[in-house]
Formats: sequence, structure tokens, C-alpha cells
Amino acid sequence: MNIIILIAILVVAFLIYRRYRDESLLGMIFKVAIKALSNNKARSFLSMLGIIIGVAAVIVMMSIGQGSKEAVRKNISQMGTNIIMIRPGADRRGGVRMDPSSMQTLKQEDYEAIRNECKYVKYISPEVQSGGQAIYGSNNYNTTAYGESLEYMDIKQWEIEDGTCFTEQDVQTAAKVCIIGKTLVDNLFPDGQSPVGKTIRFKSTPVRVIGVLKSKGYNSFGMDQDNLMIMPYTSVMKRLLAQTYFQTINVSSLTEETTDQTIEELTEVLRRSHKLKDDAEDDFTIHSQAEMMETMSSTMDSITIILVVAAAFSLLVAGIGIMNIMLVSVTERTKEIGLRMSVGARSIDISVQFLIESILISITGGLLGVLLGYGISALATSLFGLPTSVPFWSVILSFVVCTIIGIVFGYIPAQKAANLDPIEAIRYE
Amino acid sequence: MSEDNRKVVIELKDVCRDFKVGDEVVHALRGVSFKIYEGEFVTIQGTSGSGKSTLLNQIGCLDTPTSGEYYLDGVSVRKMGSNQRAKLRNRKIGFIFQNYNLLAKTTAVENVELPLMYNAKVKPKERRQRAIKALVEVGLGDRLEHKSNQMSGGQMQRVAIARALVNDPTIILADEATGNLDTRTSFEMLVLFQKLYNEGHTIIFVTHNPEIAQYSSRNIFLRDGQVQSDTINHNILNAEEALAKLPKKD
Ligand SMILES: Nc1ncnc2c1ncn2[C@@H]1O[C@H](COP(=O)(O)OP(=O)(O)OP(=O)(O)O)[C@@H](O)[C@H]1O
Ligand SMILES: [Mg+2]
Repeated sequence: MNIIILIAILVVAFLIYRRYRDESLLGMIFKVAIKALSNNKARSFLSMLGIIIGVAAVIVMMSIGQGSKEAVRKNISQMGTNIIMIRPGADRRGGVRMDPSSMQTLKQEDYEAIRNECKYVKYISPEVQSGGQAIYGSNNYNTTAYGESLEYMDIKQWEIEDGTCFTEQDVQTAAKVCIIGKTLVDNLFPDGQSPVGKTIRFKSTPVRVIGVLKSKGYNSFGMDQDNLMIMPYTSVMKRLLAQTYFQTINVSSLTEETTDQTIEELTEVLRRSHKLKDDAEDDFTIHSQAEMMETMSSTMDSITIILVVAAAFSLLVAGIGIMNIMLVSVTERTKEIGLRMSVGARSIDISVQFLIESILISITGGLLGVLLGYGISALATSLFGLPTSVPFWSVILSFVVCTIIGIVFGYIPAQKAANLDPIEAIRYE
Repeated sequence: MSEDNRKVVIELKDVCRDFKVGDEVVHALRGVSFKIYEGEFVTIQGTSGSGKSTLLNQIGCLDTPTSGEYYLDGVSVRKMGSNQRAKLRNRKIGFIFQNYNLLAKTTAVENVELPLMYNAKVKPKERRQRAIKALVEVGLGDRLEHKSNQMSGGQMQRVAIARALVNDPTIILADEATGNLDTRTSFEMLVLFQKLYNEGHTIIFVTHNPEIAQYSSRNIFLRDGQVQSDTINHNILNAEEALAKLPKKD
């Protein structure tokens, strides 16, 4: 789509050029510039090379940045933008060190209070995690056990592929049962037998496998989403960790639109449940998925900016390269300049001619760079599966930047040419 | 002859031009003074190094005097801005260089078009037509698209003449314009110059050939950067008649 607009612009520019090339002094100077450049194709190309590489680098960086941002957004919104996470402890962005007891503020009472009082909450699941080794027979694999409630399956949209989910009964009795992800299945049961009904050991506790999760594959950060086991939260707390507090409470709001009301409601209920005084700070933190998405995008943006700035520096170097070539060209063509002056070219005519030449070099380089950038982006996507998307404004920006480079770095050579003395110049050999 | 009624186009007053070459100073012109009236055909002669080209560069507004004044149409060239001098070179003066000075790798037509390109009043179509007309006039109608490096010395010289005439200048300055031409072609050029003279153009012609001087209206001799003699030629020979007497080429 973008490339079509780009081509359309180029065609229009070419038609305008065709229409006016003979009409004016400027058009004539254009013709002379094109001729001068095509008289020395190899050198013109070499002086363009820096611009080509620089612009291509900028385009590729921008396209990867934009592409991954879009991929992350898509990923997160697939996970559900109505998801809200409650963590213990005050907002840690201030950087204040927390005393460990403040990280133990989310309790069973909170869970029940939210479940009973919050109208906007659709699903709720307390969460405890424990990392460790899962063993079956002679196979073992490092994984994480997530202790959750039944509603977790709805919040995260997990589906059972084989077997069943655990029951309310299992939660009440802290049963040693689990549902495992595809990666665990592959690594613990490599011979293809069904894991359902088998008893594996996790951190030396025997746990019975009652179901297998449908695979979700890797997420856009390259994380394996299938390397996990889900157990009733009571089981993880009592059998594995012997702790009485939660690490997270995951909640899903009724709809995406009610997220803000839900957060307000949750804050109110939790403050009451924690008996916080009016002037006391929250001893918990609530994040919505949507908010995380914003944070993530802005992080990606800053990474993209850093990469693009680095690539832009190569454009500066390219500009210096053009200036160098133009200076050589002015010296070489001293006699021609003198001759043009002797038949009536003014200084401004001469300097415009050289400026147009350097702009032509940098814009042509920019054009080739954009095409190369598009090519590399497409290649990166098809070969390495990198998400890329060339933002159209970056193409426009490249052209603007190239024109500026042409003018800035063409200025000194153009002045040098314009200030030549006609008699001296015409005698130059 | 009531010379004083005629319009003075070119007036030099004690023009000196020094060149610094290393530590030495070369005095190429040491106080040259003369007036040239509208419609004169002046030849300038002198030994090599006597300052003819330097003088012509002054008259052609390519260079300015070290001291002294040069008035073109009554205006001091030294006091003009460089853009004004460029405009004069473009519209008023046609200059034929001693060593042609054509653009390399460029066709005859494009070379002749060059002065018109810096004249915004001339439209592209007219530009080409006028360039072709000027080339036909110097007998190169069949060499329009030849590049400068594909031409003989004489042909290049004639391209240079065409280029000087294409803007229809009132003053024509020629530095050895027939130096590389055979007798017949140089007489053909001389016919052309006499035609321009009869049309009222002012012509200044540097030459080594005393024979050519007989076809002009006034002869100036330079020596060591000074005017040695300046005489009116009352018996101007007719180049057309001389050409007719020459044996035909084929
Ligand atoms: N740009 C310059 N720099 C230094 N010296 C110069 C320059 N131009 C001319 N001269 C000197 O000025 C003197 C006059 O040179 P000029 O070219 O006017 O001679 P000329 O009469 O045209 O000779 P020729 O008949 O050989 O063309 C010479 O001694 C020359 O060396
Ligand atoms: Mg000379």
C-alpha cells in the first residue's frame, strides 16, 4: 500500500520534471546536473552509497520497531485488555525498598471480599508461583507451577486439550493435581504416551496429571507460554510453599470499558479489607493490561528512537562523503565553471547547479535506500519471522532529511565553485 | 571624418594589469588608453606576450584593471557588481577564446546553446533554433550533434564563433578566431565578420596575420603592454571578393 503511494509520488515528480525540465533555468540546471552525474556513474554511485546504507538502516530500524510494537499490542490485546493484576506492596516505581512483610498483604480474606463485593469483576483468581524441577521417570524439566483458582482458565483463555480441569473440590482439599502445558508433555513424556493419570514429581512432591493444556506457542517476547503447570492455589500454598499469602490476584473486568471502574472498586474494597486509614498509602498495586500495553509501547518507542538515532549518524557521515566528492568535482570542473561564467553564468547560477547536483545525489541515494530498506525488512520477515512494518512517514522523513543533507553538505562546495574568478578558472588545467 | 559625433562604446583610460607570479610582478598591460566607437572593426596585433589576450579579457568584462578605468557605454566596469558583469558578458558581448574553450563531451549545438541558457528571456525552443542557425552560419550545419572531442581544431573554432554570435551581441571580441582555419575557411569567417560589421556590430579582432588587418577599419599594435600604434584603415579590402578569387575546394 505504502509502496504504491511512494511510486505514485515518484511518477508525479517525474512528470513534473518532464514538463518543466526545458522550461526554465532551473530545469536546465537539472538537466546539466543529471548529465554531470551520469558522466561519472561509478563515482556518483559510490558517493550515494553512504546515503543508501544510512537511509536503509533507518528504515529497517523503524520498521522493526514499528513491527514489534504492533505485534506486542496484538499479543497483549489477545490476552485480554480487560485483565487487571493486583500485587502486594505499594507502587514500586518510586524505588523505595520494601520490607518483606509488606509483600505479604494479599490474603484469602481479600480474595473473598473481592469475590463477594465487587460488581464489576467477572472472574477472579488468586495466584502463587513456584519454580522448580518436574520429574517423570528418567526425564526432568525446569518449569513453574502456578497456583490458581478455576476461573483462571477463563481469565487467560486456556483450553484443556486432553483430560479435565481440577474441580472446586480439589481447591477445597488442596489436592495434589495439575494440568500441564505442551512443553512439559513433550519433555517428560517424549515417547508419546498420554500423561493424563500419571503421577509426576514437582520439587519432590508427587502430583497427579489430570489434564493437558492446548498449546499457545511463543509470545512476542519469545517466551514459551507452554512451559507451565497449573494447580489449585491451595495446593501450591500448602503442599509446595507453605505460605498463606498470594503473590498476585488476577481479575477480569466485565468488559474492557469497565476497567477503570473495576480498579476503583478493587481499591476501595482492598483498602477496607486491609483497614487502611484515609491518609495511608495503598499497600497494594493495581495494574491493568491496557496500562501495561502502554508502558510496553513506550519502552519499545524509546528503543526504536535509540536505534534510529544511531542509524541517523551514518547519514551524517554519508553527508560528509558527499561534500568530499563535490569538492573534488568542483576542482575537476574548474575550467567548465570558468567557461560558464565567461558566457554569462552568475555566481548564483553556478552555486545552484552544484547544490542541485548534491541534492540529486542524496535524494537518489535516499530513494535507493528506501527501496533497500523495504527489501531488507521484507527479507527479515520472511527469513527470520521478525515482525516489520515500514511506517510511511519514515519514507517521507527520509526524503526530507536527504534533501537537507544535500543542501547542507553541498553548500560549501557550491560556494567554492561560485566564488571562482572567471579568468583564473578558465585558465585552469 | 567627424569622429566625435559617433557613440563611444569602449573607453580605456590608462588601464594597467599586473599579475603576481611568485615573487615577481608581470606587467601585462602598462597604461593602455583608447576609445572605440560604435560600429568599428578593430584589429589588435602584437608579438606573443604583448598583452593582447589580457587586454581582450578586460574589454570582455572577464577581468578588472589593476589600475586605470574601463568605461563600457560610459559605465565603469570596475565599479560594477559581478552579476552585472555576468549579464554584460551574456547579452552585450560575444567572446571567442584563443583556445576555443568548448565544454568537453558536449555536442556542438549544446555548446552554442550555452549563453542562451543563462538568458531567461530565451525559450528552450527558440534556444535550439538560434543555436542551429548560428552553426549553419559558420558552415557547421552538418555537424550539429558532433561532440567537441570529435571535431577538428578548425571546427571547434567555428563552434566557438557560433557560440559568440548566438546571443546577437553588439560587441564581438575575437582572440585569434581564424588562427586554426585554412585560408579558404578563414576568408569565409572574414566574410561573416565583415557582414556583422556592415550590420553595425562593433568588432575587436586579435590576430597575428597582417593580411587580415587589411579587412578591418582600424589597426592597433600592442608592444610590451602598451599601444605602439593606432591607425585608421581608409582602404578596407572586401573579403567576399578575395574569397571569390581563391581557388575552389573541389
Ligand atoms: N593569469 C596570468 N597570470 C600570470 N601571468 C599572466 C597571466 N595572464 C597573462 N600573463 C602574462 O601577461 C603577459 C601577456 O599575456 P597575454 O596572454 O595577454 O599575451 P598575448 O599577447 O595574448 O600573447 P599570444 O599572442 O601568445 O596569445 C604574458 O607575459 C603572460 O605571461
Ligand atoms: Mg593571447
